[in-house]
Amino acid sequence: MRSKNVREKVMEIVFLICACVSVLCVVLICVFLFANGIPAIGKIGVGNFLLGDVWRPGNEIFGIMPFILGSIYVTAGAIIVGVPIGILTAIFMARFCPKKIYRPLKSGVELLAGIPSVVYGFFGLMVLVPFIRDNFREQFGGNGLSILTAAILLGMMILPTIVSVSESAIRAVPDTYYQGALALGATHERSVFCTVVPAAKSGIMAGIVLGIGRAIGETMAVIMVVGNQPRMPQGLFEGARTLTANIVMEMGYATDLHREALIATGVVLFVFILIINSLFSILKRKEVA
Amino acid sequence: MENTGVAINRQTFKQKMQSYLKHPGSMIVCFLTILAAAITTLVFVYLIAYILIKGIPFLTPDLFQWEYNSENVSMLPSIINTLLLTALALIIAVPLGIFAAIYMVEYAKKGNRLVKIVRITAETLSGIPSIVYGLFGMLCFVTMLKMRLSLLSGALTVAIMVLPTIMRTTEEALLAVPYKYREGSFGLGAGRLRTVFRIVLPAAVPGILSGVILATGRIVGETAALIYTAGTMAEVPSNIFSSARTLSVHMYLLSKEGLNTNQAFATAVVLMIMVIFINMLSNFLGKKLAAKEAD
Repeated sequence: MRSKNVREKVMEIVFLICACVSVLCVVLICVFLFANGIPAIGKIGVGNFLLGDVWRPGNEIFGIMPFILGSIYVTAGAIIVGVPIGILTAIFMARFCPKKIYRPLKSGVELLAGIPSVVYGFFGLMVLVPFIRDNFREQFGGNGLSILTAAILLGMMILPTIVSVSESAIRAVPDTYYQGALALGATHERSVFCTVVPAAKSGIMAGIVLGIGRAIGETMAVIMVVGNQPRMPQGLFEGARTLTANIVMEMGYATDLHREALIATGVVLFVFILIINSLFSILKRKEVA
Repeated sequence: MENTGVAINRQTFKQKMQSYLKHPGSMIVCFLTILAAAITTLVFVYLIAYILIKGIPFLTPDLFQWEYNSENVSMLPSIINTLLLTALALIIAVPLGIFAAIYMVEYAKKGNRLVKIVRITAETLSGIPSIVYGLFGMLCFVTMLKMRLSLLSGALTVAIMVLPTIMRTTEEALLAVPYKYREGSFGLGAGRLRTVFRIVLPAAVPGILSGVILATGRIVGETAALIYTAGTMAEVPSNIFSSARTLSVHMYLLSKEGLNTNQAFATAVVLMIMVIFINMLSNFLGKKLAAKEAD
């Protein structure tokens, strides 16, 4: 009897320790990133690092403003491309879709979410880049590796996230809302768009925020289509470089302060993501309440 | 799909058209939603069809040879590396994730502060982009613990990355096991530990498996977290401390070099089919669980 109690107690402690591992991981990630990145920011100077618009590691000039802007432009573009299509698709799936189409559409969206980002990137490189180059070169210049290409590709990549989160938000709205609107003489479309969708607003917003997080953190697909020039973004049809791309491009050969500056770039990205994630959990909690 | 409202708003096609004539706004909106769904479908079909059509003709036996060299960019070593890395990462992450979920569901009291903290951190972990994991793995495992660019560093990094997925799905699966199972087991005199391992876990297996398979899919498709942790050596590793290039890293390097585009297409086909198959398996198991719950 005694040994059984001991075993119970021991296993409970083992389970407890395992539960604490994820806490430990977050702490470790923070400690390692900040400990390696913050000193570099200190050496370069917070203002020079965050607001400097020149990145020339050879001359020890490290300003990441171009990459912050690059990330923001690409993400904003992805939102403009992905969000309207995503939300409308979600509405279609929740309220317009004939039963026969629903199953294949749903599995299609699920599969789209599972495709690795390198495959997306390769698709972008082989299809989108030549398309942009051939169609817009005469009017706008550029060689196809551009902010626009990255925005379209990322828009495609965040579609599944937005569709599935928004769809479940729309489905969670009580059916009485819809029925009430119908009873007042509204058409099917009017009932859906004027009563059901507004009621699902915070859930849909949570989906968009999650999509923003995905887009800003995406690395491999962006690096393959965005051009990666380390300069201030020049325009929609010119190349730029994002925070994530900066890390992958130069980490292979960077040393000393350059290397630390790259880790500091990671810190900036990490802080961005933390802000976006807390926004997401706030929105989600609002939806539950 | 009982809440589509079709049953309470049955209209014939003619009535529908007449209503659209009265409300042209509704027609436009309806058209827009259909258009959006069509675009989504088109993207999906085009992406998959394009990769398959361009890639399948180049799936030659040469690409599955044991040796990788610059003339023959064989992907077999990378495939083996992917399998090894995935297995290693799962060996680390699966017990951790399942045990953590057991604590959260079976042991912790309601409103336990630790549970709240664990939940928040797991949520944070699942939102961190893979490149940040890559940086962390490089700083912690590769540099500080001196594991160098190795299979082990890579596996540890992606294990942390998939931990929240496994925890969340296991938690959901455990919660879905009816409470009377536990009561029955306790009533027969079994202890808490025995109840968990003999009664609750077996009942939750499909859900847990679906989570584990989902995690596998993420590991197979991962690139950014592995380049600077597992490295890029295209050889079958001799032990867990040698550098290993996985299939998705191989795919990235091939397309970056730009010399072997056709082979890159073929690699994309293999990678995509692997991941799609894995995801379908996970969905299938998840649906099985849902069907069981409905009984």
